[in-house]
Amino acid sequence: MDPAEKVRLPPDEAALLVRLRAGDRDAFTALVRHHGGAMLRLARSLARGAGAAEEVVQDAWVGALDGLERFEGRASLRTWLLGIVANKARTRAARDGRSVPFSALFEQDPDAPAVDPASFLPDGHWRDGPRHWAEADPERLALGAETRAAIETAIAGLPEGQRAVITLRDVEGLEAAEACNVLGITETNQRVLLHRARARVRAALGPYLGGARAC
Amino acid sequence: MLTCQEMTELSTDYAEKRLGLADRLRFQLHLGLCADCRAYVRQLRAAARAMGALPEPELPKALEEELLRRFEGWKKR
Repeated sequence: MDPAEKVRLPPDEAALLVRLRAGDRDAFTALVRHHGGAMLRLARSLARGAGAAEEVVQDAWVGALDGLERFEGRASLRTWLLGIVANKARTRAARDGRSVPFSALFEQDPDAPAVDPASFLPDGHWRDGPRHWAEADPERLALGAETRAAIETAIAGLPEGQRAVITLRDVEGLEAAEACNVLGITETNQRVLLHRARARVRAALGPYLGGARAC
Repeated sequence: MLTCQEMTELSTDYAEKRLGLADRLRFQLHLGLCADCRAYVRQLRAAARAMGALPEPELPKALEEELLRRFEGWKKR
């Protein structure tokens, strides 16, 4: 294993990779259990339907096994695996002859506002500012049944490009540069998509937290 | 002075540290003076962090079994 890889990977993961290259089934199971959930979540954000998402995850693992020797540890193992998921989803979209090409999902009109212009007075001040949230603790928002469902529904309802970006950035916690690499998009494009997506998830939470207004 | 509407449009650039010095100062000045925009920015941050705290989906058992089957196939190649 080259030294760079040792630097980037947690020690147990580096050891698992050595065992995986030797064909160790338990090492494979451990890696699947550790990274499989994140891979499935990204696949679901990119593929149409649960069956298609699971097939993308399968294709991605086979691709990862085939490409194991090419993994250099410049990215974290998870980022590398997520990149393969995105590639397999792209291949699948092309094969399924999607009417909207995969690349078009990430094109955005950068001038369209993230917050409804009706929320503002003609002079640009809030018409009716954001309501105070009864709960603003992120953990409780994520684990409360209603707010969690609101967040998940909002993410699921986003346009695909926004959904993929926010899944990588906010749900999985990747850095901007990593998310751009995984999806093959520019930093500016990534930021525009993230901006829209965050504004929509925030707006979706409002009604559950005392803010009946749309803004 | 930035308007509240401009603030909402710059909020992600601010959070991502992509504003130049002058814009960053203008953004912070407005935040200091406007409780509504402070609430907006705080709510955006809370929503982003809440997404990071969502539980990971369970890998369906059948998918894990299929992956192991494909692993065995890969080993034989």
